[in-house]
Amino acid sequence: MLTKEQIAKRIAQEVKDKYFVNLGIGIPTLVANFIPKGIDVEFQSENGVLGMGPFPFEGEEDADVINAGKQTITTLPGASFFDSATSFGMIRGQHVDLTILGAMEVSENGDIANWKIPGKMVKGMGGAMDLVASAENIIVAMMHVNKVGESKILKKCTLPLTGVGCVKKVVTELAVLEITPKGFKLLERAPGVSVEHIIASTEANLIIEGEIPEMVID
Amino acid sequence: MIPKKVNTVQEALNGIENGMTIMFGGFGLCGIPENSIAELVKKETNNLTCISNNAGIDDFGLGLLLQKKQIKKMISSYVGENAEFERQMLSGELEVNLIPQGTLAERCRAAQAGIPAFFTPAGFGTEVATGKETREFNGKMHIMEHAFKADFAIVKAWKGDTAGNLIFKGTARNFNPCMCGAAKITIAEVEELVEAGTLDPNQVNIPGILVQRIFQGEKYEKRIEQRTVRKK
Repeated sequence: MLTKEQIAKRIAQEVKDKYFVNLGIGIPTLVANFIPKGIDVEFQSENGVLGMGPFPFEGEEDADVINAGKQTITTLPGASFFDSATSFGMIRGQHVDLTILGAMEVSENGDIANWKIPGKMVKGMGGAMDLVASAENIIVAMMHVNKVGESKILKKCTLPLTGVGCVKKVVTELAVLEITPKGFKLLERAPGVSVEHIIASTEANLIIEGEIPEMVID
Repeated sequence: MIPKKVNTVQEALNGIENGMTIMFGGFGLCGIPENSIAELVKKETNNLTCISNNAGIDDFGLGLLLQKKQIKKMISSYVGENAEFERQMLSGELEVNLIPQGTLAERCRAAQAGIPAFFTPAGFGTEVATGKETREFNGKMHIMEHAFKADFAIVKAWKGDTAGNLIFKGTARNFNPCMCGAAKITIAEVEELVEAGTLDPNQVNIPGILVQRIFQGEKYEKRIEQRTVRKK
């Protein structure tokens, strides 16, 4: 079973040279730490920055330079700042190549739910609905099952949706799944995790073709 | 040059009355009009509808207006960084309208640019689309969203001049430029106000035509919501 860091590491392998990438809050944020060497990537944060760098050194924080998680950040050479309408213009206009975000549920037709649990405090969707409705390439980082062991990989989402038919790939602590027109296809399994274990942990049907390789994570 | 400078925050906020709809720039606590918010608390203006991406924290930003129960309705994309907000929302004292962040920004920009409505894919197939006109463009479904209508927009910029021209800094830019000229009257508060002719016109982010009143804020606390650092 993968740790959250290992999920981020596996997703980092999906980031290609010259990609502009938007990272959501949580596991997706960790992906920035594992980008393979020799690859040029720029990170976008929807509050209005491209070319996001690491956290500032102690004492060098600037209240005017934060990411969408409201954390203090730095910028790298080539960075730029812009307003919110421009920011979502580049998202809606599909200038951002890859969006990585977390989810509470994903369904076999690519629907995603990640913003609201009815009856609980609702904090809002932030930029998630714009991101999932617009991005061509969306990878979800999430836990396969919830705290009581129930599958979050479903035939149909039970929670209010964030977007419909948009997710392309899901990486969990157990598996890498691709969403095809016929549903979830099992691509890889976590080291030491059997195909049977994944099937037992998944409510949705899985398309399984041939030997399923183990993920390679160093 | 058409002069836009006012001398005090009191003068800047003249005409703001109970029950009005006001846009506030800022993302989290970054780039919020601190001085104007403090003055609205003092003025005790109430029953306000606030259009703002977030609602501040318990003791800063729009949270200060919430504490005094001056807000009737929040139109935001992400809220609930404060306990008082949650309490008022759950008790039904506070009306909350949550909308996608890009839609929020574009509804401001549309108001600024005289575009009454537009189509966006954000929220299609979700409860955000309930009751809205939908249409297919290029094989993809979209929903119609309308430009905001607001009485005042209150924004914060880094520098400005007496002609109302504005320059922003870092991610404190966010919703501020989108809200300029998006309401009947736009009030800009700036950290540094200079005479017209001092700013390089090439560097101006928002032209003064979109700003009716400008003043220099007395002080800026610029509180950080999530201080994240690394070791040297």
